Amino acid sequence: MKKLIITIISLALLAACAPDKPKMGEDESYEEIHGKSKNAVAEIADPTKGLGQVKSVTLNTPLEQERIGRGKAIYEMKCSACHKLDDMRVVGPGWKDITKKRKPEWIMNMITNVDMMLDQDPEAQKLLELCLMRMPNQNVSIGDARDILEFMRQNDGEK
Amino acid sequence: MKTKANFFQLLLILIGSAIVFNSCKPKGPADVAMGDAASKVYVAPGKYDEFYNFVSGGFNGQMSVYGIPSGRLFRIIPAFSVNPESGYGFSEETKPMLNTSHGFVPWDDLHHPALSTTKGEHDGRWVFGNANNTPRVARISLKTFRTEEIIELPNSGGNHSSPFITENTEYVVAGTRFSVPMGNKDVPISSYKENFKGSISFIKVDPQTGRLSIAFQLRTPGFNYDLSRAGKGPSHGWFFFSCYNTEQAYTLLEVNASQKDKDFIMAVNWKKAEEYLAQGKGKKEKTRYAHNVYDEKTHSATSTIEEEVTILDVLELPDIVYFIPCPKSPHGCDVDPSGEYIVGSGKLAAVMPVFSFSKIQAAIANKDYESDFSGIPVLKYESALHGEVKKPGLGPLHTEFDEKGNAYTSFFVSSEIVKWNVKTLEVLDRVPTYYSIGHLSVPGGPTAKPHGKYVIAYNKITKDRYLPTGPELTQSAQLYDISGDKMRLLLDFPTTGEPHYAEAIPASLVQPNSVKFYKIEENQHPYAAKGEGQARVERKGNQVHVYMTAIRSHLTPDNIEGVKVGDEVYFHVTNLEQDWDVPHGFAIRGATNAEILIMPGETQTLKYKPEATGVIPFYCTDFCSALHQEMSGYLRVSPAGSNTPLKFSTGVIESPSPGAGR
Repeated sequence: MKKLIITIISLALLAACAPDKPKMGEDESYEEIHGKSKNAVAEIADPTKGLGQVKSVTLNTPLEQERIGRGKAIYEMKCSACHKLDDMRVVGPGWKDITKKRKPEWIMNMITNVDMMLDQDPEAQKLLELCLMRMPNQNVSIGDARDILEFMRQNDGEK
Repeated sequence: MKTKANFFQLLLILIGSAIVFNSCKPKGPADVAMGDAASKVYVAPGKYDEFYNFVSGGFNGQMSVYGIPSGRLFRIIPAFSVNPESGYGFSEETKPMLNTSHGFVPWDDLHHPALSTTKGEHDGRWVFGNANNTPRVARISLKTFRTEEIIELPNSGGNHSSPFITENTEYVVAGTRFSVPMGNKDVPISSYKENFKGSISFIKVDPQTGRLSIAFQLRTPGFNYDLSRAGKGPSHGWFFFSCYNTEQAYTLLEVNASQKDKDFIMAVNWKKAEEYLAQGKGKKEKTRYAHNVYDEKTHSATSTIEEEVTILDVLELPDIVYFIPCPKSPHGCDVDPSGEYIVGSGKLAAVMPVFSFSKIQAAIANKDYESDFSGIPVLKYESALHGEVKKPGLGPLHTEFDEKGNAYTSFFVSSEIVKWNVKTLEVLDRVPTYYSIGHLSVPGGPTAKPHGKYVIAYNKITKDRYLPTGPELTQSAQLYDISGDKMRLLLDFPTTGEPHYAEAIPASLVQPNSVKFYKIEENQHPYAAKGEGQARVERKGNQVHVYMTAIRSHLTPDNIEGVKVGDEVYFHVTNLEQDWDVPHGFAIRGATNAEILIMPGETQTLKYKPEATGVIPFYCTDFCSALHQEMSGYLRVSPAGSNTPLKFSTGVIESPSPGAGR
């Protein structure tokens, strides 16, 4: 009984003393981004689409030229250091035929939600084992990722 | 029932030991914090501290950032001293930050941080700091935790009384510690009374950008200006400066500046000064001072030499300045949260006077003067006085306030913090410090809205408190809980440099605004390579510009040939990463400056002058990935005048020499 009272008191003290974790503002906390976050329960309804906010992508033919231009510019600034346009693996895999191997949703989720993909998606994890280099989060928006996808389609010979 | 009795026994023992402890004088390291102190400062792994503590680095010239209550050190922000660790003062972009009218000055002595306020309350935008030796004020952004601006102060002989800010950060004010002859005149030192003048700079702060400019300087009588605080609430529009050496001594100040019973607190009506300025009563004088600004988009600083300053002479313009007698060489001069009470701390005095702003105003209105000093009215001590704190301790220095109407004063000689009530002037509690406290800080303590909870002591001597490290020991701070009636020591923590003043601010006002990386799209550095396709090497005469990119885990280009002895090589390294906490570093063998650390999306430049031929390795200094050790390259240096063609690449394998690898 005595032990119990002391335990309760010390617990109460601890609870009263622990400083509240300050709010991060509108952004999610680091833990949320990197750990089990709201998307974590992400529906593995279709594992070939990967994990993230991109659930379905509409592809148009012919290719959207404006997107290609923007996608190429982002590729050159943020991606080209590690991904070549042929099939050669440098730091990351070459992009040739990527749109034939992967669903568009998977590609866009890999670009925009890379940390969760590397932690949970089996296909992304296979690539990590192969390259031994975590793909950096380059803070690409979903709209920009869509533009990059269009550029990849062009790179794979679509018209 | 037995259990309950036991519990009360335990409680009695605890209370009893608390009383015993509190009545003890400091004996040394054997005295320890008691009870649940450990749990009060414990911040569990992965959890955050409640407050940021911005602590001056003193003679290291930097500002350090600690967490409270844990006392953990997060960062040292380079301000007035070079920092080879980040390249501050060594990279081409940051060298202009340390330019002055004397040229490049690599060191200074930072004493006082001042957090920006709006309506007298912390707003979390900027922290200012002073350079004590070569007079300057710096503005540090609380978004990037970087020094964004440094302005030099002409006519100042040592910038101790600085920086102090008005209620809405309209002005940052900087008073000279040493009076000096104006205009760098060559005069005998013994002509002090005739030729030496004080100078108080009012630096205007642009409310949007934070940009600094010297609005005007007050020319004041020649003595030493020590510390200051702006009025707030009813006293907004006024400033209060402590002055010593009103004897106007110029040698052995220890004795000769301690002759008079009372020196002064100088009350400044800066709204009046603004009126004179608007009426064109200011005199423009030629001078020279540096104004250095760091641009977040070009990632580069520029230094401009300004050549004019506007002077308002308080001997010629009445009603700006009044003197209030204050016992024995006042040091701290602190205004309480209500703005009504001004505490003077005479370093050598047995009592601490508390002045009343409303009484000062009444005394001025009634011309209740005891004398004048060179024509400036000296108010009657009693007419300005709210009351004296009797027998507070020995050697009062600084006072901070809590949200409950209490003041906390540091006593250097008797090595203690004394808590007293501002209205009743009654001493309520005292605790020893280990040892010889200088400044102290209550979160929000100098503002209109203190957050209270803790007082932190910044001590001058640690002696036996820590494991010894030779003759030079660590400096330290001590954290006390002030939430109850009695102050309780919770924690000792070591500090870097010598801590003078410090301020603490709730993390919630700063943390959400912290920049995570610089957007590569917004990088306007003239030598940025925004994408590996832009990486290249260009020669302009004997200058070689390397536009280099860094991303995990390679540098591009990583093979460079065609550089010659006598060339100046500029490595402009752009970090292509766009994620939080992925800096890259760059260092090259034999560089006589430092390394550079490049934040994601940023471009920084290291200059390198090869002195001899050879193949020189360079590498990334910040462990960035599993293949960090591979992140490296070679620079080939050929003899001066040789014909080695300029050439650069990454990942290009040329046909191997026969027999290679055997």
